[in-house]
Amino acid sequence: MYDFLLADTARVLPILVVAAVGIAVILLDAFRNDSPSIPWLAGAGLVAAFVLEGFKLYDPQVAFFGQVYSGGAAAFANMVVLLGALGSVVLSVPYLKRIGHNYGEVHALILFATVGMMTLASAGSLITLFVGLETMSVCLYVLTGLVREEKGANESALKYFLLGAFSTGFFLYGIALLYGATGTMLFSEMVEGLAVTERTGIFVGGVALLLIGFLFKVSAVPFHMWTPDVYQGAPTTLTGFMSTASKAAAFAALVVVLARALPVDLVAGEVQITLSVVAAVTMVVGNVIALAQTNVKRMLAYSSIAHAGYILAGLAAGTGEGYGGALFYLLAYTVMNVGAFGVLAALEWDKEQGAIQDIESLAGSGYRQPILGVTMGVFLFALTGFPPLAGFIGKYLVFAAAVDAGLTWLAVVGVLASVVSAYYYLRILVVMWMKPETDAPEAARQPFALATSTTVVLSLCALLLLILGVMPGGVIEAAQSYFDAGAIVAGR
Amino acid sequence: MDLTWYLALSAVLFSIGVLGVLLRRNAIIVFLSIELMLNAVNLSLVGFSQGFGDVHGQILVFFVMSVAAAEAAVGLAIVIAMFRNTLTLNIDEINLFRG
Repeated sequence: MYDFLLADTARVLPILVVAAVGIAVILLDAFRNDSPSIPWLAGAGLVAAFVLEGFKLYDPQVAFFGQVYSGGAAAFANMVVLLGALGSVVLSVPYLKRIGHNYGEVHALILFATVGMMTLASAGSLITLFVGLETMSVCLYVLTGLVREEKGANESALKYFLLGAFSTGFFLYGIALLYGATGTMLFSEMVEGLAVTERTGIFVGGVALLLIGFLFKVSAVPFHMWTPDVYQGAPTTLTGFMSTASKAAAFAALVVVLARALPVDLVAGEVQITLSVVAAVTMVVGNVIALAQTNVKRMLAYSSIAHAGYILAGLAAGTGEGYGGALFYLLAYTVMNVGAFGVLAALEWDKEQGAIQDIESLAGSGYRQPILGVTMGVFLFALTGFPPLAGFIGKYLVFAAAVDAGLTWLAVVGVLASVVSAYYYLRILVVMWMKPETDAPEAARQPFALATSTTVVLSLCALLLLILGVMPGGVIEAAQSYFDAGAIVAGR
Repeated sequence: MDLTWYLALSAVLFSIGVLGVLLRRNAIIVFLSIELMLNAVNLSLVGFSQGFGDVHGQILVFFVMSVAAAEAAVGLAIVIAMFRNTLTLNIDEINLFRG
């Protein structure tokens, strides 16, 4: 009678693999804190989970009585998360060595945060959703405050923690109200449950509170105030991790909630209006405030807010194309932002995790470190949305979905906002390649050796962006097949 | 007893928690207020669970309690690390980053 247990365990195997490797890393760390094998072990675990998820890309299943979705869209989102985590692990090793905080538990915490993100992205019920979200968040609070001797890192961690826990309160209240309105925790039974109890008022209140929690986690305006402060003070490679993988997981979970838990007329009505207004405001505010920033990390933080707006435009469309476009965008965004933060981490000199490092200090760095200069160029052009890079395809998919759903004004706002964004992205490139080296302060001009692993990861990220931009066909088809009308009716 | 009473008490406690977060300036009191919010929601969950005669709401309550404990451990560690460096718990005085 326990046959299902074995079958269901196999379906969530990738999550279990990452968790087991995380525990192994903690144990190894307890005996040999600086063991060079720790990052190798962490990386191997992530690669194994990535391959396992790859096999399930076209095989959507439900496990543990609907509590978890496995395969299909969940596999796609988990692969994005694992890609971000893998890049961050490899980039973190030389970076943490340089700032003198190369602890083994960093990798364990990255792995546990990844477990939380994968659980979040595979959630099939409100309970799984909450547990995944909190596993991820608690690990990220610790990673933010990693450099505990420094005031800036303390401040980031405290702000992230207090505001994150505050938003969790709203998220949880939303879950309680949804449960109270439907009598079930499972996404797939919510619409039926609502029809039985007819507590529509409580249900709408629950959806609103749940959306507040999600919008906070993906840092959409007006819940974005924490983002720049947290990104500025956190260790740079880990900023790359939390700005990409956690966002991918939260967006994937939001897509699942919209597509599978909420009634169609609500998604096409009030939710669409809310999301499209939030998306428009987020794109405009994020890009305009980014123009005024002098700190590069802070600028990229506002840029990540703006990108949350682009992805929300795809979600606001409320169609299979929109959701699929958002998933593709998350993949492209993860690759380009992990890369951009990786370059910044390599160019960091201020011994405060880039908190006081302004854009002028990058002057002439393109000639001193041509690999960093060229890859940064690729990442920044992709972030702006230039063809033939993946960022362009992602933007095209979400805006095309918005136009198809009748939200032409939103697409127009989005395209105009991207034009504005070109100014601050390309300014970084101008400083890197066209300003004389003497503009940078003395400390920034010290020569340093670039770690081989950094070179490899950054080149692979740039290459992947190019490949996804030139031949995105299969990936787009896969992403958009998960949420078309037929697939949703089948409950998958 | 009627479900409404539980929900009303839960809503009142939640509001007190929100007001505490917004109005108090001591980091530990703010954190206490957040815990109050989480526990107010627990009351709602138990109330709904009892009303439906369904156990899932109470299962979530156990998860919420363990998550709150984990958050407390991490949160207090962050507060201690900050106090060592800045010798203050007033969140108005923590303002290195601006713009």
